[in-house]
Amino acid sequence: MLDFFVKYPRLGRLFDMLLPLLATLAALGVGAIMLQLLGANPVTAYGALLQGAFGSQNALADTIVRATPLLLVALGICIAFRAGVINIGGEGQLVAGAILGTLVGLMFPEAPGIVIVPLALVAGFIGGAIWGGIPGLLKAYYNVNEILSTIMLNIIAVQGMNYLLRQPMIDPAQAQLASRIPQTARLAQAFDLPRWIPTRLHLGALIAVILAFVVYIFLWRTTIGYRIRAVGLNPDASRYAGINVKRNIVLALLLSGAFAGLAGAVQVYGVHHRMFTDGSLAGFTGSAGFNGIVVALFGKLNPIGAIPAAFIFGALIVGANSLQRAMQVPAALITALNGLVVVFVVSSDYFSRRLARNRRTGAETPAAPPKSTLPPALSIEGEASQ
Amino acid sequence: MTTELLPSGTARIDHMEMRGITKRFPGVLASNHVDFDVLSGEVHALLGENGAGKSTLMKILYGLYQPDEGEIRLNGEKVIIQSPADAIHLGIGMIHQHFMLVPTLTVTENVALGLKSSRGVRTDLEKVAARINELASLYGLKVDPDALVWQLSVGQQQRVEILKALYRGAALLILDEPTAVLTPQEVDEFFVTLEQMKKDGHALIFISHKLHEVLQLCNRVTVLRDGQAIGTKTTTGVTKQQLAEMMVGRPVGMQPHKAATEVGEVRLSLRDVQAQSDRNHAALRGVSFDLRGGEIVGLAGVSGNGQRELAEVVAGLRPVSGGGIDLVGRPIQGKSPRAVMEMGLSYIPEERMRDGVIKDFTVSENLILREFDLRPFARNGFLDRGAIQHNATDLVKDFSVKTPSLETPVKNLSGGNIQKLVLARELSRKPQVIVAAQPTRGLDIGATEYVHARLLEQRELGTATLLISEDLDEILALSDRILVIFQGKIMGDVPRAEATPEKLGLMMAGEKQADVATTS
Ligand SMILES: Nc1ncnc2c1ncn2[C@@H]1O[C@H](COP(=O)(O)OP(=O)(O)OP(=O)(O)O)[C@@H](O)[C@H]1O
Ligand SMILES: [Mg+2]
Repeated sequence: MLDFFVKYPRLGRLFDMLLPLLATLAALGVGAIMLQLLGANPVTAYGALLQGAFGSQNALADTIVRATPLLLVALGICIAFRAGVINIGGEGQLVAGAILGTLVGLMFPEAPGIVIVPLALVAGFIGGAIWGGIPGLLKAYYNVNEILSTIMLNIIAVQGMNYLLRQPMIDPAQAQLASRIPQTARLAQAFDLPRWIPTRLHLGALIAVILAFVVYIFLWRTTIGYRIRAVGLNPDASRYAGINVKRNIVLALLLSGAFAGLAGAVQVYGVHHRMFTDGSLAGFTGSAGFNGIVVALFGKLNPIGAIPAAFIFGALIVGANSLQRAMQVPAALITALNGLVVVFVVSSDYFSRRLARNRRTGAETPAAPPKSTLPPALSIEGEASQ
Repeated sequence: MTTELLPSGTARIDHMEMRGITKRFPGVLASNHVDFDVLSGEVHALLGENGAGKSTLMKILYGLYQPDEGEIRLNGEKVIIQSPADAIHLGIGMIHQHFMLVPTLTVTENVALGLKSSRGVRTDLEKVAARINELASLYGLKVDPDALVWQLSVGQQQRVEILKALYRGAALLILDEPTAVLTPQEVDEFFVTLEQMKKDGHALIFISHKLHEVLQLCNRVTVLRDGQAIGTKTTTGVTKQQLAEMMVGRPVGMQPHKAATEVGEVRLSLRDVQAQSDRNHAALRGVSFDLRGGEIVGLAGVSGNGQRELAEVVAGLRPVSGGGIDLVGRPIQGKSPRAVMEMGLSYIPEERMRDGVIKDFTVSENLILREFDLRPFARNGFLDRGAIQHNATDLVKDFSVKTPSLETPVKNLSGGNIQKLVLARELSRKPQVIVAAQPTRGLDIGATEYVHARLLEQRELGTATLLISEDLDEILALSDRILVIFQGKIMGDVPRAEATPEKLGLMMAGEKQADVATTS
């Protein structure tokens, strides 16, 4: 099949674009087998999934609400990956942004919403930027692997959140009770992001879509974006061109974190109206910090591509939940389904890169032959001497 | 098959024919019904301008590309070559201009790489090493099988590539610009090997932009132009001039015209400069010289004697460990590469693919790599697409960079056209000082002529140029003065009028100028 697409590059590129979608379908295909094994009819099950994700105005709104933090995180991931740094810290950055954003609302409960909401979103942006900037500095100046440091910062973020929500930031009402549920007070109603009544759809979705275009312009139409992409593609040539590679690595991780942080603040002001924890990260983030990475890959690291990618992924999450409710299959299946999609999308990315490698020839640096076509053993010798 | 065997034990390819090969890329017809063949025991040269389609044709033969039309026949039988694996299986080997060795592995490991091992790794490696020695003595390819590849010189690495191909049973060997990176001495040794292979009945295809090499080594030569085969000639009885005209389609002047210029004030001054190499050896051991406006100073030397470090030190890319450098009267110590550039330095790096361009950026993006954040390309932090486009249109035209569009990623251009792009960018900046490392490596005759003319034009404009080249002919043709570097020291400073290849050759081998002067 590879050869076919190598021969017809145009078809190949179309195939490239559709590949994540095909990967998702393939994952759902494998999921169908699992459903069958569990005794559920896959057709009915996927019917329930579609119904849950798109079946009604509310369902659609929920899908979009679910997609919003995914999109915001994915935008940040696009920036980091374009700079050649791998940010796995979306979860921690999201929490850091949520905490800082929440603090703003808690500190000024009487202030007008028109002031507090923008301020809180900016605070979220900054919180994430700090949490992303740290691994950036560590990588650029102390050569610390960013994958490790961002994962560690995820752990620190969850512990910090657990402490803050149990002690200083706990809802005063809860503090009186024996249960002491670790959550903050509900933020003033005036601070709720505008909603499209009667659904749960809030302004955050629009902000995220607008920002997708902003990030696109940032990456391809500004000098900073040029630097970031140059550093990601060829640090040597960038250095020769006078670009400060270290500084741009820090900047990219910082911005990447900032978007995750913004996602956190948007979740607080648009959806939950408070912060809470169940002790794990996923309790608050809904794993948006991780899934955002998949969304970004799904969208080919293009901010505009991330919009449909986030939508599809949001639909999958919302739909899978109603599938689980309708079919009474174990909840673990939903996690498995999600995981399947991640694995398929990520490996399809590898596949398409291999395809691209076959299609191109860097002038005199021709493509190394793909692994599967490596020379057939020492047999050449044997045959030749027949 | 009942064909004869080569000394290496491989079946001979008596005749390879490519017929009516056509290959289209988006916006380019890279091969246009090309017929090409090669016989056992001959070297057939492929000649053509940058982007004429030489590499493309050879990549088709090696299975890296599939032709849109046409067929390939080996010993009269039609074959389909889907991949390099197929090609190797059929006895076709290819040496790319940029080697594909793993620097951290030994020679043996590199040769064994990608071969499936039937038994334990160890026994295989021993077998491989034995076979390498056998092949090496057969073809005079001296290498130590246990040496690590990064420790080898470029010439030695090339021998490893050839051994690798022979090991895999290559009866037909494609050599894509093999001599571009070799020193003249290495070329001589390399040709001895090729002559041996030819005598033994290998079929060889040789790509080069150097006409004297083609005439010296090859039996036949086919000229490509714009994807079409213009003609095939036997090398007996053709002249360089004729070949050049076939390639370019018009008469070419082989000798650059040099006007007399006034030498101006000192633009670049090095005083006792010392610097370390990447491997922490002393690469520059007290280098001092002045470079004045309006002169081209050639830096001759066998590669690896500190040229690269010298260029990088001047460009602000490598710290000095002693001494000082002044650019236009101001010290550059502690300045960033960017600051040095803004002080008026243009730098043409030797490793263009690594340091000169960003492969995945488009042509127009690469053309602003040095000044993307300055006017007119940037305004308030935003890129001005109009200005970028305009700049690219002009430079592509001025330097005749062959590209399907300005938005084509640079990795899709031919090697020579990438070099032209770098030159276009660096020379169009009105620099005070140019450091040009191997500026015409991989360029065709027309383009080389053009670059020479551009460098001379800069000289007339009063620019100071340091020309680092392994090509003595180039240095002699362009330079006003010639410095010879050996083991990180300048062996002498010879005015052009007194320079002869012999004299320079002795100094390149480490003799002091004074000694050379007295002995000759
Ligand atoms: N993968 C590709 N995609 C698109 N165009 C390509 C690709 N490979 C080569 N080309 C185009 O095909 C033409 C022929 O390129 P090729 O590399 O064969 O030239 P060449 O004769 O080897 O030149 P040089 O002497 O500069 O190495 C060029 O115009 C080049 O831009
Ligand atoms: Mg080529």
